[in-house]
Amino acid sequence: MDMAANATIAGKKDNGASVHARRVVSYVVLILISFLCLFWFYVLFINATRSNSELSLGFTPLPSTHLVENWTNLRNGTLPIFNGLINSLVIAILTAGLATYFSAMTAYAIHCYDFKGKKFMFTFILMIMMIPTQVTVLGFLQLIGKMGLDNNAAALIVPAIASPAVFFYMKQYMDSTLPLSLVEAARIDGSGEFRTFNQIVVPLMKPAIAVQAIFSFVNSWNNYFTPALVLHDDTKKTLPILIAQLRSADWLKFDMGQVYMMIAFSIFPVIIVYLILSKHIVGGVTLGGVKG
Amino acid sequence: MNKKSKVVSYNKWGYIFLIPFTVIFLIFQLVPLATTIYNSFFENYRSGLTQIGPNFVGLQNYGTIIANGDLPTYFANTMIMWLMGFIPQILLSLLLGAWFTDPSLRLKCQTFFKTVIYLPNLIMASAFAMLFFTLFADSGPINSMLLQIGVISKAYQFMSHVWTVRTLVATMNCLMWFGNTTILLMAGMLGIDPSLFEAAQVDGATSTQIFYRITLPLLRPILIFVMITSLIGGLQMFDVPQILTNGTGDPMRSSMTLIMYLNKHLFSKNYGLAGALSVFLFIITGILSLIVFKFTNSDKVK
Amino acid sequence: MKKRIVSLLVLATMTATMFAGCGGSDSANTEAPADSAAAETADAEVAAELPADTGKVLNIQCWNDEFQSRLKSHYPGYEEVDATHGKIGDVEVVWTITPSTDNAYQNNLDEALLAQESAAADDKVDLFLVEADYALKYVDTDYAMALSDLGITDADLADQYTYTQSIVTDSKGKLKGSSWQACSAGLIYNREAAKEILGTDDPDEVQAAVSDWSKFNETAAKAVEAGYTMCSANDTFRTYSNNVSGKWVQDGKVVIDKNIEKWIDDSKELVDAKAESTTDLWGDDWAKGKNPEGKVFCYFGPAWFFNFCLNADDPASIAGQGGWGYCVGPQSYYCGGTWICAATGTDNANLVKDIILKMTTDKGILKDIAQQDADCVNSKSVLAELASDDSGNLDLLGGQNPYKQLADGAEKVDLSNISAYDQGCNEELQKAVKNYFLGNATKDEALDMFKKAVVEKYPELTAE
Repeated sequence: MDMAANATIAGKKDNGASVHARRVVSYVVLILISFLCLFWFYVLFINATRSNSELSLGFTPLPSTHLVENWTNLRNGTLPIFNGLINSLVIAILTAGLATYFSAMTAYAIHCYDFKGKKFMFTFILMIMMIPTQVTVLGFLQLIGKMGLDNNAAALIVPAIASPAVFFYMKQYMDSTLPLSLVEAARIDGSGEFRTFNQIVVPLMKPAIAVQAIFSFVNSWNNYFTPALVLHDDTKKTLPILIAQLRSADWLKFDMGQVYMMIAFSIFPVIIVYLILSKHIVGGVTLGGVKG
Repeated sequence: MNKKSKVVSYNKWGYIFLIPFTVIFLIFQLVPLATTIYNSFFENYRSGLTQIGPNFVGLQNYGTIIANGDLPTYFANTMIMWLMGFIPQILLSLLLGAWFTDPSLRLKCQTFFKTVIYLPNLIMASAFAMLFFTLFADSGPINSMLLQIGVISKAYQFMSHVWTVRTLVATMNCLMWFGNTTILLMAGMLGIDPSLFEAAQVDGATSTQIFYRITLPLLRPILIFVMITSLIGGLQMFDVPQILTNGTGDPMRSSMTLIMYLNKHLFSKNYGLAGALSVFLFIITGILSLIVFKFTNSDKVK
Repeated sequence: MKKRIVSLLVLATMTATMFAGCGGSDSANTEAPADSAAAETADAEVAAELPADTGKVLNIQCWNDEFQSRLKSHYPGYEEVDATHGKIGDVEVVWTITPSTDNAYQNNLDEALLAQESAAADDKVDLFLVEADYALKYVDTDYAMALSDLGITDADLADQYTYTQSIVTDSKGKLKGSSWQACSAGLIYNREAAKEILGTDDPDEVQAAVSDWSKFNETAAKAVEAGYTMCSANDTFRTYSNNVSGKWVQDGKVVIDKNIEKWIDDSKELVDAKAESTTDLWGDDWAKGKNPEGKVFCYFGPAWFFNFCLNADDPASIAGQGGWGYCVGPQSYYCGGTWICAATGTDNANLVKDIILKMTTDKGILKDIAQQDADCVNSKSVLAELASDDSGNLDLLGGQNPYKQLADGAEKVDLSNISAYDQGCNEELQKAVKNYFLGNATKDEALDMFKKAVVEKYPELTAE
């Protein structure tokens, strides 16, 4: 009895010491990782403060004095950067919205209902996921040309409704967290299927939707490949295209300081969107969970 | 009778909910895909402004790709660089996920750490590669630091050695994507009923036991998702090595990935060869994904 | 749906395919616009009478706003509306600017030109700009109009440098474009280094020490002894490649010229002797030489290079201290420049003609461009004028007036051997051979890599 009690106390002490040690280790690792993650923003900021000729001489850890100058040059340049910002925002927000909402709906269809061809649909969508965008982009361009969607942001937004990877995630998430009993309960309460989805399932999927909304938003925000092939008018272009345009400026105007300033400028909105959405995912374990 | 008709009417909704996805998919993905596969049987490219073909050539494009024998090399490059990045990435993510969800650790500033890890993904790959270039240039800060410490006696040319280029590509991929993976895992962990953890703790389970017995099994669906999407993303690895090596895959194409190779054919709008290549890619990806699926689902019966 | 797409494709390309077999390396497009016969007859006469302009919109395709700003500040009557719109009289000017990154500019231009015939009048391309390395891809087709069809005569263009015309002359000998720039390039040397290595920084004496490749290599050896790097192997490439004895592609086959081989061999020796680096142009390592601590003897480049790329605004740079000198170097070559082409099917032919004439042949305007924008302009007489007085003296060149050398160089550039494949071949060769320089491959392996890459880019070629 006595010995047993001693043993548990000793065990607890051991446990306490090891928790302490593990905590130290995790803090060290986390701080190191945070440094590795934040360092790049520091470099970008430093570079945005430097002039073109300073930049061509390589990296220095200290900021220079050209921050305001780079910004004024960029703003007074010929590129419609605020226009680009709005275009990027509209496209990215709509893409993220459509992709998450309709993927959740598709996943719900497969998760909740039994119908002929369900298995086939699931496998089929997974197979689509394996097709590299670089391949189909050629056919895609021909297609939107025929549909009259060339030079139209809709050609970048509407296809987001079919986002296999987002769907797959939603499906996996439902597998691990969405009990069918909940849906049954709603049915007994007389809720229509569409209403059940919108008012019960979607709120429950919040963490998953937030995660995929961020990813879709960021993907769309940073996408250069397809938009560069689809959008032609300066007023319709997104920020990555304008950055590329700034980088191919002629020698009289070529200015890496402005390029870095523009990159910094285009990162700000994503950071803000990320911080807003991330509340839903990083809030902590105790916040979520399906209760009951 | 009544009950049965109700079930049927519910399941009809399955089809209804599938409509938007299916319609958009058929138009914007299946048509281009069909064109791609169809094209693989034709000689079809641009010479300057002149269109050559399409002339039906049967399987000749497939033959050309098999005959020049480069595909296995680029496949190997891709897999090597993917694994070099993915293994540390998934381990790190699991470790962080375990730490963040371990109630006995009670880490402070969790929100800060959780927020910070995803930030690298917000930088465009091209901007990220530009920064790497600057840092790892022959006369860049990394070299001058190493020189000062005395680790090396003359500047190391990071971009002209096979394994340093591959390591840089893997490092960049890992840095850009580990936060993404961690967030996915954490979102999955959020879905786990916290009372399970509490109950386990009350029963005296160690945090290691909790992780292996509760967190991991419940995370399985999300883990499968991470594995499969990373694998597919890895096979489609393009912008980082493309920008870092200026499209060459140097030294001597040892960091040339499958999609970089595909991209070479897009220059001349070579729909024929590119189509055949994508069919190969599709098959490779399908087989590998199937293996991952089978492997991860094998003991699901329990 | 699928079938329809394909059949449309077939229709659109049928004519092209039928002739492709006998076209050989000349990628002359056979979809001849309807009016080419009429144009041919007009060609014989001195000045063709152009139909009156009917277009309300002048569409210009380009990759940056360089030409836009030239037009804005020098073309009489051009009014800016916003970043991509302007006005000349009643005609609205629409700029389509596509960055050249990832070949996006050419992809976009290709599509626009291929759709030219079916495009609505206001959407038809009227003017497009090209760079020398791929000029023939467009010039050697019927999508670009011969200047003679616009009524521009040889006499109008007599003051231009010949090389700027050979770049935009098609395989039938027709001139199809014009440039306001003459970017002859030479060797820009570090005066301090020249004094240390050669004991002099006088342009003529330095020129004597680098006047051909064997002298250049001797000087390089001395540079190493003095602790300098001569330059990057990539710096000298264009000088060699401009002076080849045959085209990159002959009868559909890629041919590596003697002078290109010489570049590979010379450079390998110099790289092994540490006299040359292998840094990529425009990279950080390459740019180090712009400051004295970089210990680089010279760069190769034209006027825009020393005016805009040597960091003259930085007092710590060599340029800021007026420490560069300019001489012609081992062989004459050119680097860069923008050419204006008129698109077949334009409904603003008179305006297009006037823009080309004013912007590329009007001496008053060209002199303004030279003085305001520091372009080295495509006019023998303007350059001669600038060479003869002190207004051409440049601080960053230690007060040297480079116009004499620039004009001499432009006179000697000979581009009879350019082909439509230059851009791809030059790029791929430099990339592939770098592996050889760095010791990652043998010369043969590197050249095999080059051939492989070229055939990937141009499937119609063979390389064995």
